[in-house]
Amino acid sequence: MDLLSCFFLISGLFLGWSMGANDAANLFGTAVGSRMVRFRTAALIASVFVIIGATLQGSGATQTLNELGAIDAIGGAFTVALCSGVVVTLMVRYRIPVSTSQAIVGAILGWCFYTSTPINWHTLLKIVSAWLLSPVFGCIFAALFYVIARRYIRRSKIHILKMEAVIRVLLVIAGALAAYSLGANNIANVMGIFVNSFSFSINTQLFTISSSKVLFLLGGIAIAVGIFTYSYRVIETIGRKVLKMTPIMAVVVVFTQAIVLFLFSSPHISGFLTAIGLPAIPLVPVSSTQIVVGAMLGIGLTKGFHEIKFNTVGNIFISWIVTPAAAAILTFFALFFVQHTFNIQISNQASTALPTHIMPANTEFLVPLKFNILTVLMAVLLVAAIVYIVILIVRNKGLKQLEINGLSEEQRYTDYRKALTDMELNTVKQENDKLLSSLESKKQQLITWSLSIGEHRKHLESAADLIKQAIAAEDEKKRETVLRQLLTDLKQKLSYSGEVENIYLQARALHSSFIEKLNTVEPRLTDNEVKLLILLRIGLSSKEIAPLMNISVKSVDINRHRLRKKLNLSKDVVLSEYAKTL
Amino acid sequence: MWDKIQKNMSKISFFAKTNKFIELIDAFLNRVDQSMLLFQEGVANYLYNNAESFNNNLTQLAECETESDKIRREIEIGLYMQSLMPQVRGDIMNLFGELDNLIDLAKKNIFQFEVESPHIPAELITDFIRLTKVSASAAEAVVSAAKSYFTEPAGVKERIHRVYFYEKEADVYADIVRRKIFKEMPDLKLSEKFHLRYFTLHIENISDTAEKVADLLSIMAIKRIV
Repeated sequence: MDLLSCFFLISGLFLGWSMGANDAANLFGTAVGSRMVRFRTAALIASVFVIIGATLQGSGATQTLNELGAIDAIGGAFTVALCSGVVVTLMVRYRIPVSTSQAIVGAILGWCFYTSTPINWHTLLKIVSAWLLSPVFGCIFAALFYVIARRYIRRSKIHILKMEAVIRVLLVIAGALAAYSLGANNIANVMGIFVNSFSFSINTQLFTISSSKVLFLLGGIAIAVGIFTYSYRVIETIGRKVLKMTPIMAVVVVFTQAIVLFLFSSPHISGFLTAIGLPAIPLVPVSSTQIVVGAMLGIGLTKGFHEIKFNTVGNIFISWIVTPAAAAILTFFALFFVQHTFNIQISNQASTALPTHIMPANTEFLVPLKFNILTVLMAVLLVAAIVYIVILIVRNKGLKQLEINGLSEEQRYTDYRKALTDMELNTVKQENDKLLSSLESKKQQLITWSLSIGEHRKHLESAADLIKQAIAAEDEKKRETVLRQLLTDLKQKLSYSGEVENIYLQARALHSSFIEKLNTVEPRLTDNEVKLLILLRIGLSSKEIAPLMNISVKSVDINRHRLRKKLNLSKDVVLSEYAKTL
Repeated sequence: MWDKIQKNMSKISFFAKTNKFIELIDAFLNRVDQSMLLFQEGVANYLYNNAESFNNNLTQLAECETESDKIRREIEIGLYMQSLMPQVRGDIMNLFGELDNLIDLAKKNIFQFEVESPHIPAELITDFIRLTKVSASAAEAVVSAAKSYFTEPAGVKERIHRVYFYEKEADVYADIVRRKIFKEMPDLKLSEKFHLRYFTLHIENISDTAEKVADLLSIMAIKRIV
C-alpha cells in the first residue's frame, strides 16, 4: 500500500466518521437522551459492535455495490466517496433528508456514466427495491413488535420501575444489535467502493486478514471515531425529538432497526430464503434513518391513521430521487475534473482514458454530448435536483426571514420595555426633584424662623430697655414719651400676625386633604373656624392658639364651643381628636 | 409463570435498587390508606366521646404524616439521583404531592376536632359518621387507583370511577347534614350551626381532594397506556 492510496482512503474514512456521528443517534439516542445509559457506555458498546459487524459481515452489501459498478482505480473510488460525502454534507446543511447509501449508489452510477461502464440494471433494481423495502419492513416489523410488546405489558402487570429496569437492559441489547447490523450493512457505503482498488492484507503466522477485512476494520474504526467525537452533539440535538417516544417505543424502534439492517446484510438469511423457495432479500446498504422513520410510522399505524405524518413519507420519496441524482451529477463532473486536472486514473478500463461520449477524437470540450437516453435522464434528474434544491433554499430563506422578523419583533418589544423603564426613571427623578425642592424650602423656612427669632429677641430687648427708661424717668412727661414709644413699637409688632398668616398658609398646604374633607362635612365653616381646626389638628392647646389668633383663651373656648355645635358633635367627642382623626 | 419470573428477578442484584423503590412507593401509598382509616376512627371516637382512643388516633395520624413526608422525600431524591423513570417522574411526584395533601387534610381535620371541640348534637352523629366514611372511601379508592397506575395503568379507569361515585355521595351526605343543621335544629345557636357547617366542609374536603387526584391519575394513566 503506497502513501497515495492511504491519502485516497481519507474520503472513505470521512464518510465513515460522518456516518458514526449521525447514525449513532438512531442507536442510543433515547437511552442517552433520557439519561438511562451514560454516553460513554453507549458509545463504547456501539463502537465495538459496529467494528465487529463491519469486519465479520460487511461483505454482503459490498458485493452488491460492486456488482453495480466495480470501481477498480483508487482515484475513482476516492472521487466517488468524496462526492457522496459532499452531497450528504450539503443536503444536511440545507435540511434535505439524506441517506449515505443513496448518495453512494448515485455516485457509483455517476462513475459508471463517466467511464462508460455498463450499468447492471438488475443490481440497480435490487438496490432500489431494497430502499423501498427497508422502510416498509421497518413499518411492518415495528407495528408487529409494538403490538406484541403492548399486549404483553398489559397482561403482565409488571411494575413501572421494573419495566423501566428491563427496558434499560433491552435498550442496551437492542442498541448493540443495531450497531452490529449498522456496521454489517453500512460499511459498504464507507469502504465498499475501495474494495476493488485497494490491496493490503495482513499476514501473520497465525492468521491472514484479507484486504477487504482491513478496509472494513478501518471503516469501522472511522465510524467509532465519529460516534465518540461528534454523536453526542447529534444526540443532544435530535434527543428532544426522540424523547417524545415512550421507552417501549424506543426499544421497538431500535430492535426493528437492528433486524431490518441485519436482513439486508446477512447472506445466510438470504440463502435460507432462497433455499425454501422464497425471493432472496437483496444485500444492499440501506438507510438506518429511513428504517427508523418507517418503524415510527408502523407504531403510529397501530394507534390509528391520524398518527401518520405524510410529510415525512413524502420526504423519504424525495430523498430516493434527489440524493442519487445529485451524487451522480456531482461525481460525473468531479471525475472529469480529477482526471483532467490532476491526471489521476479513475478507472483501469482502457475505454475510460477519455470518455468517448464526452470527448470525441479530435474535438475536446466544444463538442456537444451525444443525446442518448442516459444523458436525457441525467438532464431531467439534474433539473429536478436543482429545482428541489432551489425550493429548499427559498424555504430556508423564508425561515430565516421569519427568524429575523421574530428578532425584530423582540427588539421592538425590548425598546418598548426600555421606554417604559425610562418613563419610570423620569417619574422617580421628578419625585426626587420635588422632594429636593421641598427640602430646600424647609431649609429656607428654618433660616427664616431663626432670623425671625433673632428679630423678636431684639424687639423684646428694646421693649425691656424702654420699660427700664420709663421706670427710671423722673418726670411724668418723659415717662409718657417713653411709654408712647413702647406702644408704637408694640404696634409694629403687629407684623407678627403676618408670620401667623404664613403659618396658616403652610398648614393649609400640608393639610389640604383635611381642608377638603372639612368642606364636604360642613361647607358653612368660616376661615377662622378652619384655622382653629387646623391648629387643633396640629396639636395646639387653647392657651397656645389664643396668641396665634390674637384673641383671648376664653374666646378660643367660645369659638371651640360654637364649632362643636356647627359640626353637630356629641358630648363624648373631643374636638381636637375629631380634628386629628378626620 | 410471571410470578415465578418476578420472584427470580427480585433475587437478582440488578433489581435490588428497583425493589427498594417499589417498597418505598408501596409504603407511601399504604401510609395514605392508613391515614384514612385513622381519620375515620378518629371522627367516630370523637363523636362517641372516646377521648383516649381519639388522642391515640391523633398521635398516630401525626406520626403517619411525618413518615409519609420522609418517604416522599426519599423517593423524590432517589428518582432524580438515579435518573429513574425520566419521562413520568414529574407526574409521579406531583401525584405523591397530592396524595400527601390527603394525609395533611386528615390530620388537620382531626386536630381541628381536638382544638375546637365542636358540639355535635346526638341526632347528627350517624350522619357525620356516614359522611366521614364516604369521604374517606373516595380517598381509599384513589389510593387503590394510584397503586394500579404502577402495575396496571389500564385498570386505573375502573378504580377512578369509584372515586367519582364516592365524591358525589359525600356531596349528597354533606348537603343532608347542612340541611338538618340549618332547617331542623332551631335550638342550636347560629354560631354552633356555623361551626358544624365548617366541620361538614372539612370532612367533605377530603373527597374533593381525592377527586382532584383522580383527575390527575386518569391523565397519567392515559399517558402510560402504550
